[in-house]
Order: sequence, then C-alpha cells, then structure tokens
Amino acid sequence: MSASDIRAEARRVLGICDACGYCNGFCDLFEAARRRSALTDADLAHLANLCHACRNCFQACQYAPPHVFAVNVPRTLARMRHQSYLDHVWPQTFAPLLNHPVATVIGVTLGAILLLFALVLAFAPAGGGLAIETGATAGAFYRVLPWTLMVGLGVLPLGWSALAIGLGWRRYWGLTRPRRATTGEARRRWCAWRTTLADILNLRNLRGGGVGCNDLDARFSPWRRWLHQTLLGGLGLSFAATLAATFYHHGLGLQAPYPLLSPPVLLGTLGGIALMIASLGLGWLEWRTAPEPIASESRRLDQAFLGLLLAVAGSGLALLLWRATPAMASLLVVHLGTVLAFFMLLPYSKFVHAGYRAIALRCESLDPVSID
Amino acid sequence: MIPAYGDDDKADYSSNPSQALSNIFAVPRPDHRGTPSPAPRPDPDVLVIGGGAAALCAAITARRAGCSVLLAEQAPPALRGGNTRHSRNLRLSHHAPTPFTHGVYPPDEFWAELTRATEGTADPVLGRLLVERSTELTDWLSAAGVPLQPIASGVLPESRRTAFLLGGGKTLLNRLYDLAERLGVEIRYACEIRDPVIVGGRLTEIRAPDPLAPRAAIACCGGAQANRDWLRRHWGAAADGFINRGTPFASGALLESLLRQGVEPVGDPKAAYLVAVDARSPADDGGIVTRVRCMPEGLVVDTQGQRRHDEGGDTASTRYALWGQRLARWPDQTGYLILDARGQRAAPPALYPPLCADSLDGLASALGLDPAALQTTVDDYNAAVRAPSDEHDDWHTLGVNPPKTRHARPLTEPPFAAYPMRPGITFTYQGLAVDAHARVRLSTGGVVENLFAAGMIMAPNLMARGYVSGLALSIGLVFGRLAGEEAAGHVRQ
Repeated sequence: MSASDIRAEARRVLGICDACGYCNGFCDLFEAARRRSALTDADLAHLANLCHACRNCFQACQYAPPHVFAVNVPRTLARMRHQSYLDHVWPQTFAPLLNHPVATVIGVTLGAILLLFALVLAFAPAGGGLAIETGATAGAFYRVLPWTLMVGLGVLPLGWSALAIGLGWRRYWGLTRPRRATTGEARRRWCAWRTTLADILNLRNLRGGGVGCNDLDARFSPWRRWLHQTLLGGLGLSFAATLAATFYHHGLGLQAPYPLLSPPVLLGTLGGIALMIASLGLGWLEWRTAPEPIASESRRLDQAFLGLLLAVAGSGLALLLWRATPAMASLLVVHLGTVLAFFMLLPYSKFVHAGYRAIALRCESLDPVSID
Repeated sequence: MIPAYGDDDKADYSSNPSQALSNIFAVPRPDHRGTPSPAPRPDPDVLVIGGGAAALCAAITARRAGCSVLLAEQAPPALRGGNTRHSRNLRLSHHAPTPFTHGVYPPDEFWAELTRATEGTADPVLGRLLVERSTELTDWLSAAGVPLQPIASGVLPESRRTAFLLGGGKTLLNRLYDLAERLGVEIRYACEIRDPVIVGGRLTEIRAPDPLAPRAAIACCGGAQANRDWLRRHWGAAADGFINRGTPFASGALLESLLRQGVEPVGDPKAAYLVAVDARSPADDGGIVTRVRCMPEGLVVDTQGQRRHDEGGDTASTRYALWGQRLARWPDQTGYLILDARGQRAAPPALYPPLCADSLDGLASALGLDPAALQTTVDDYNAAVRAPSDEHDDWHTLGVNPPKTRHARPLTEPPFAAYPMRPGITFTYQGLAVDAHARVRLSTGGVVENLFAAGMIMAPNLMARGYVSGLALSIGLVFGRLAGEEAAGHVRQ
C-alpha cells in the first residue's frame, strides 16, 4: 500500500467511526477523531499515534469484515502509524530499516558482537581479553575490554541515537502540535503535562474503558497493559543500574563487577528479569493473538524489538550467572554487543513509538481540535 | 446497589492476576461452529431459534436452570446476533441514579411513555412486565460480563431513560456467546430452523434442517424486514425502493410458518419502522451510520425538485422515522436533502460525503433533477425566509407552502450539496401473540404449550406502532430471560 492509499483508507474508516461512535467508551481515539472530522494528514498521524492498538474496537465493530464496509480500525491505524514512523525517521535513508526490522536487529546485533570480539582481540591488555580465567574480581570487565573503549562504544552510538530520535520526534511535534493560543497559558500547560504523564503511567487508553483489552480475541484481558508497564519498569531499573554503577565507578572509585547485593547489580538483575518476563509475555501475546486486527509491518517491528530486548536482558542475566567462570569474557562481549545494537537501533525500531505516543497524548491533553 | 462490572463473570475475567491468567491461558473450548455434526445428538430440552440478545438471554437462562440447550443461529459466526449487532442502548427503569443512567426513571413513567409512543397498542400485562423487569437488567448484564458504558466516561448524550452498551451490541453478543458456551449451551451457526410442526397445541417437531424434537422451543428470530417478498406483498412496488438497515437474515420464514399453522398474529403486517437513510447505502446491514440526520439544516425535495414537508418542524430524534415514512410514499421512494455551505458545516458526520456542485444548476444535473425546478424551489424558499423577530423566535418562512417553521436559513452560500435519501427499514410490525408467560398464543384460543417467543418476533405485542429508543433491546433482554425461565419450567414439569 502506498502512503496515500493508507491515508485514504484511514479517512474512509474513521469517517464511518465518526458517524457511528459506538466505541467511544473504549479510549480517547473516537472522540478525538470526531473533533478532528476534517481528518487532515496531520490529524491522521496524530490519531494513529493516539491509538494504543488495544483491538477492542475491532472485536466490537458491527462493520468489521466480512461486512461490506470492512472497517478495521486497529489494522488501518497500525499501517498509518508505521507510515508516520517512516515519514519522521532521521536520516530518511535509514527508513528501510523500519521495514525490515527482523533482519536489521539480527544483522546489527551480530555485527556489533563481532565488532566487539575484534576489538577485544585487538585492544585487550596482556593476560586479559578472552583468555581471562576468572571474572569476578574488581576490574575484570576492563581487562576484557578497556574502560575507555567500553564507554566510547556506549556514548557514541547513544549520542547519535539521541540526535536522530530527537530530530524525528521534533519534526513530528512540529506536524501535530496544537496551533491555538490556549497553549500559551502556563497553568493549563502544566495541567496538561500532569494529564499526559498520568496517561502514560496508567496506560489509560489500554484499559478499554475499565474492562481491559482484546489482547488475544474477543475476551477482555489486562495482560498487554501490565506486560507493557513491566517492560517500561525493566528499562527504568536497567537505567537506574547504569546510573548506580556510574556513581560507584566515579564517586566511590570502585570498579565493576560489583557484589551481588550491591545496588547496581540488584537493580540490573531486577530490570533484566522484568525485561525477560515482559518481552516473553508480549511475544507470546503477539504470537497467539487473532491476526485480523494486526498489520504485518507493525507486528514485525514489535517482534524484532522484543527479540532485541530479550537478547539484551538474557545476555545480561547470563553474564551475571556465569561471571565467575572463564565464560565471563565471551558473555560480556555478547552482552555489550546486544546493548550496543540496542543503542544504535533506538531510532530505527519500535522504541520510537514512545515519543510519538507521548506527543499524541500531550497534544490531546492540550487542545483536541483539528490541525490545519 | 449496582454491582461492579462482570461480578459473576469475574471468575474468568478479572483484574485479579491469578484469575486473569485463566483468561489468557484458558484451554480453547470445543468449537461448535462446524455444522452439521457427524454423530446424531439427543434432542435438546430447549431449542432456541435465533442468535440475538433475546436468544442468548433465553439460552443462558434455560441452561442455568439445568436444561440442555441448543441455540440455532441462522448467520455465520462473523454476522451472528441479528440486529443486536447494530444496537447501542437499552431502555430501563431505575429508582435511583446509577453509574450508567442519570436521575430516576420509575416503571410508571416508562409505561406511560410506552403507551404514548405506541398509541395505546402496548399490551398492559406484558407492558407492566417489561417496565418492572427492566429494573433487573443492569445487574443481570453486569453479572453476565456485559459492560455498560459509565456516564462518567463523559462522552455519552445525557440519558435518564437508557443505558449504553460499552462498544455497542456486538460487545454484548461477544460476551453472551462466550458465557453461553462456557455454560454448555450448544451453538450451531448457519443453521436456519424451518418447518416447525404444531399439532394439538404442541410443537411436536422441527423438520429442517435436521429432524429435531425439543421438549420446548423459544422463537427469537426477529421480524421479516429482510424479506423482499414480504415487503412487496404489503408495500407493492414501493418495497423495491427500501433499504434494509439491519441483518440480511431477518427473513421472517419461521414467523410466517407459525402464522400459517394457526398462531395468533399481533401487530400490523403493513406497517414498518422506516428511517431516512443515504440512498447509496448497501441493500442490507448498513446499520446506524446510514441515517441522514440534518434535514432541519436544509431543504428536502422529491425527484421533481419540489418540497413536500416542513423540514424544520421536527428537530428531535423522532424526525428520522417521520422522514422514513414520508419517503416511502414519494415517487421512486427518493428524496434529496439540499444543503448550502452553511448547512454542510452544521451537518453531523455522515457515512458518505454529499454530492457537491458549485451551483444549484450543477447540483441538479448531478442529481438528475430538472435544474429550473430546483432553482425555483430554492428561490421561492429563500424569498420566504424571515429572520427571527425576537430572541424567542427562530428563522422561519412566510408565504411558501409547505412552510419551514424553524431553522429556515436561506440557501445561498455555494458550494451546494445533496444527500440522496431512501426509506431504510429497521423492523416490521407483525409478530406472534404471546401470553404473560411468553408462551405463543393460538388464533383459536389457548396456547402452544411448549413454544415461547422473545425479542422482535413478539415485540408487536408491546408496540404495534411507534418506537422509543432502546426499546427493542430491552424487550429482547426482558422477554428472553422470561421465556428461558418459562421454557425451563415447562421442561421440568
């Protein structure tokens, strides 16, 4: 489907929704679409990113296929959403990465791991590298790969990714941001932030109006919402672990690896376990869910990102388990490789949805009218 | 007190993590979708004919009372549920505000409004049953896991009389089918029950599609609005101009068969509930979105380009049905709602965009109307438009026939647009007469002792004409439950 076909279908489908309105208790989308009945290109991008893909409206739809109207809101908006990811990726030449996410994740992850192995072979200090015998002593990690190299390998791709993703999100905000003067009132803006944050933390739009979502089929379930927040929590804990480790390194002058009961390891372990549970659970839901309301391009994007998270968390936990053995060096390289791939792919993976959705919720809380 | 959503059903669908697990990891239940089955099955205690709200309530109630139940739905799974699939709200009495309805709506008030809307045609005994037992519906639906939309959602029209189904009728169907399956109701899809045989005041057998001798049967298979032959018989050639808004499976075949065998008819075979719909709608199943709603914003002309009625006279939701009846008697059952740019801005969202042209002349050509006639109609109207003289007044016309008594803004701002309209049939007004036990009555007096009816097939007992919003679903739910109880009681005897 071309981008204009996708927009035309989104307009057709949402036009029917505007005239029907039966689903307006499930989430914010339907009232938002009614208020933006002009359905400009910017409106469509906004509405697509406002949709949390709970699929309730598909199972509830009196016009779902095989009805002649063939209304399929979740699939139509998933396509539209994917199109908006493509439209805002920076640089544009990298857009194909989003269309081939599984190959991208596998290729980049393996490439990163191989690169690290090569660097270890080239730069490891004498007696270190892959030949290291035990990994549990202080500074052992840096005898596999020197600290400066390790930090450089983290900071450089992270910097690039922050720039790329920031530019994409900024351009998207420029497209869909509210145009009216109400945005100038400081108090209102502040309240809108609170609403936005609450909507992100609660995933209010994944509550189906209180009954849950059609994660697998027409039955309501709370699982996708919970697993998503487990994943978010896992990322948060992992980030906290990194901060704690940085403090240990620079503030306390202690070198990794740290004891099992130290904050960096505890936080990282909890984060890793949360990520494992969430990515496996979400992957299972993706695998078993009814295919009709899903768009294949977004499903691939989801699966690839979940796979990458699973690799990051799994290799991290494996490193923790076997860090006192000679396998430590190889596990460290594999784990660092997956983390490197994760950093590099942030702007070219499902991760980008976080910003687009947050912006959509922010716009909705600020000024829910049509974007000219 | 209103119980929380899904009280009974919480065993399967709750936010309790240990229980919610069973929702996801539930072993798939046996699927009854394939018909026919290889092995002959014993005759069920209760056969439920139909697959909408009434049928599901009847089946669930009879099954809970211990009967073996077979539910035969004519449609395939994707189109199951009759016109419940297109429904949105139900009318119910309540003595105090609820999370789903404002204020109070006493049964007496419901009864008074039902009597008024149906011009006194509602059976008083059944009517009292309906309004009294409608008070139980919120609890029953919640316990069955059917979510209602809380008024706190802030996106519903303020309603004291009706509660809205969260997600509409299809969500109700999904939940009740799921519940029925879990309770052990056997469900057969694409299964049209034909040739019931009534001998000596008893339903003795069903001959088709398979021979079946249930101990009791409940007819819940709706009216005849999808049956073109039925409509032609009563409306003549005009029937070909109708669009069926609902399920294509409402053939009325079982209804006709029972009436032929001496069941007492009720209601008016010539009457139908019609609303104005977009003439470009599909022949069947277009549902709620096909309505044309903004007549007060413009002019309605016939195929001769002439106005026939006061477009501003009715601004309540009753106008849809008024225009449906009018269009049925117009040439080619066709009318055109003409709007100028101002009217288009005021119009609510519609299924199809209107036909547009920069001038009235161009619009007339696009519609196949005589341009001069349309121009004259609009000119005469515009010349007759009078602005309101004080704040209690409205825009109106003076010296044009028919007048437009309210919302009479001039049609001057191009571009001009038109919605072609036809009558959309929603249901027919002939059904099976039933007694206070929902038992089908015979013309010769007495009843068919093991045949019950619920839903639109018996709704003309309560409304032989007229309608109020949410009524059909309430009749289906109340009498579906009643028929299920009574059928189970009959089986136990």
